[in-house]
Amino acid sequence: MKKTLILSTALAGFAVAAQADVTVMSWGGAYGAAQTEGHLKPFTAASGIATVMVDSDNPATPIKAMVEANNVTIDVASLEYADAIRLCDEGVLEVIDPAVLPAGADGTPAMDDFLPGAVTECGVSTDIWATIYAYDTTKFTGEAPTTAADFFDTTKFPGKRGVRKGAKAVLEFALMADGVPAAEVYATLSTPEGVDRAFAKLDTIKGDIVWWEAGAQPPQLLADGEVVMSTAYNGRVFNAAVAEGKPFQIVWDGQIYENEMYAIPKGAPNKDAALEFIAYATSTEGLRQQAQWISYGPARKSSLLEPLIFNDGKTEMSPHLPTNPANLTNALESGSEFWVDRDAELNERFNAWLAAG
Amino acid sequence: MADVALLTTSDGRPLAQALVQAQARARRRAFFLVLPLLLFVIFSFILPIGQMLHRSVYNDGFSASAPELGAWFAQNPASTPPDEAAFAALAADLANMQANRLAGEAGTRINYVIPETRSLFTRTARDAKNLTPPYQAALLAVDPKWGDPALWQAMRAASSAYTLDFYLVSADFQRTADGSIERVDENRQIYIALFVKTFILSAIITVLCLLIAFPVAHLLATLPMAKANLLMILVLLPFWTSLLVRTTSWMALLQGEGVINDLLVWIGAIAEDGRLRMINNQTGTIIVMTHILLPFMILPLYSVMKVIPPSYARAARSLGATSWTTFRRIYLPQTLPGVAAGSLLVFILAVGYYITPALVGGADGQLISNLIDFHMDRSNWSMAAALSAMLLVGVLILYWLYDRLVGIDRLKLG
Repeated sequence: MKKTLILSTALAGFAVAAQADVTVMSWGGAYGAAQTEGHLKPFTAASGIATVMVDSDNPATPIKAMVEANNVTIDVASLEYADAIRLCDEGVLEVIDPAVLPAGADGTPAMDDFLPGAVTECGVSTDIWATIYAYDTTKFTGEAPTTAADFFDTTKFPGKRGVRKGAKAVLEFALMADGVPAAEVYATLSTPEGVDRAFAKLDTIKGDIVWWEAGAQPPQLLADGEVVMSTAYNGRVFNAAVAEGKPFQIVWDGQIYENEMYAIPKGAPNKDAALEFIAYATSTEGLRQQAQWISYGPARKSSLLEPLIFNDGKTEMSPHLPTNPANLTNALESGSEFWVDRDAELNERFNAWLAAG
Repeated sequence: MADVALLTTSDGRPLAQALVQAQARARRRAFFLVLPLLLFVIFSFILPIGQMLHRSVYNDGFSASAPELGAWFAQNPASTPPDEAAFAALAADLANMQANRLAGEAGTRINYVIPETRSLFTRTARDAKNLTPPYQAALLAVDPKWGDPALWQAMRAASSAYTLDFYLVSADFQRTADGSIERVDENRQIYIALFVKTFILSAIITVLCLLIAFPVAHLLATLPMAKANLLMILVLLPFWTSLLVRTTSWMALLQGEGVINDLLVWIGAIAEDGRLRMINNQTGTIIVMTHILLPFMILPLYSVMKVIPPSYARAARSLGATSWTTFRRIYLPQTLPGVAAGSLLVFILAVGYYITPALVGGADGQLISNLIDFHMDRSNWSMAAALSAMLLVGVLILYWLYDRLVGIDRLKLG
């Protein structure tokens, strides 16, 4: 009996692996759900190629190990911009020929349709997302926070803060809150004094910070009342606020945005189908479909020609997108080359700072 | 003497020889019996750990992608400043890196030593095939950083795949431009302090486990069977529950707006704005890990206490010993093998614990294993391996001390 069970489980495993023609690895939660609904399901319906979604805390981590071990089990990975560039340089990703990308729905050639930087050697942008901060509106009945500086002002806005555990986007945010203009953030952060300045700013609220790691945590921390405001990925806050009716408000001042990329690991078992999937998912319509499930902006101009509506059928998406001009007044594009170079050094300093109590 | 007939078996062979053959057969059979286990241990334990230790001193990210430069370094002693031949070798290697997509890998290796060199490699490699002699001038025109002596020192060090650099970093040291060794800046020192903290926290958790487990195990061992079984189920139930479930339940209990704080505020023990911080810090790590590791202390203690004859204690009492003396001189020494086993088990598990501190440790409740995970995340496997090896050595030293002080043969796991 037991043997049959093991055997049938193993066979079932094989069957799933054999049927699934494109395996996509993404970040889970509301974002993974948006990709499943907006990309995977419509792609399967249109092409007949089966798809499977796999979750990871950060898909960039397992890919490298898979490629090095010559045991790649996924076909498409959703990667942060800097990781897509880094892994491409390390030969971990397949090069994607931009010729496979379809022209926009309005006929604009693909490379003119995509926003600058949205197509790299090995990756194609699925959306533009941002690290913002959000607060619980029920906690501030009088004046509410509106600027990046307010996040660090615990006398005016008392309460715990949620911050992502890691140097990226945190140091930039601290500098912007300290009054450094967005255009000068990376120049400042390239100097030892600039790094000291960012950490000094973080020191002012160090005792009040609750650190988070997974994107699903900040809405949870806010809902639990564990923090009164938290840095977060804007789409996760949007979904908690609009879809679940939580009293969360996003502050766009000091937002840090970047492209999210689809890429194919070298040696992917179904490379051709994966390429077909990426071409479909990053078409005008594919980008629009995902943006109907989460408030991350499409990277094609043609995707925004018609108004985008959330899947509840009534919420207009454009005020909630990081790329909306109203949200870009004090915004920073995440510096991919800066982080490719400085990630190790600054995170080392960050870890030491964190452990110093 | 010579004419004494040799003892032989019934088929005429000398008895001694037959005996040796029979024993060899038995040994072979015994060997085949343990062979599956041996293979399992080799493949699942010895090989991976050996590989891990190898990784901590071996990183061919740069040396494998820069053979020309490696040859130049081999021909010229360490003090030679880079000449045109060196720059020509560098240009050839960069062009090769671009063709085979190795620049990122090579740059990453040098970037561990000198920040901001990764993009220097990838950027320069992108146009390397367009470089023309004289290469020194051409490369310096791309970026003056190529003339930096510290960079050349780092490349020379990395041109051998074997290096102790990762152990240097694990001990908060770094190499300077001239190759000497110095401590890193105070604001970047972390590993040694974290190793110490890991061992201290593990010791605290072990002691707490012992204090809580001892009375429970004693109760288990002395209660009548029916009640003891019920109590045993209560001990084992959390043991069978998923680690993540237990950790998240603790989060619900301990957080600022959690059950315990709500209760304390409700009964008036603390003020609304004076809620205790019991999670996302060291306290959280200690509380939750003590709970999770408790069964590993209770079970060995119980198995030892179960077989201590109660008549010894009764004899001591009848001879006039007070209850405290009886406990201290009769009961406690007999439980020592269990105490030793439980403590060793809990301590070693705690030293390598990772999920619980990651979830409830906040900033100051992190252990060294969380940094090992961090380096795994960044694909810096050599660094993760070096830290793991140091942790392994630390545990082995403690194990050796333990053997000297308590004696490993006194260990009793059940």
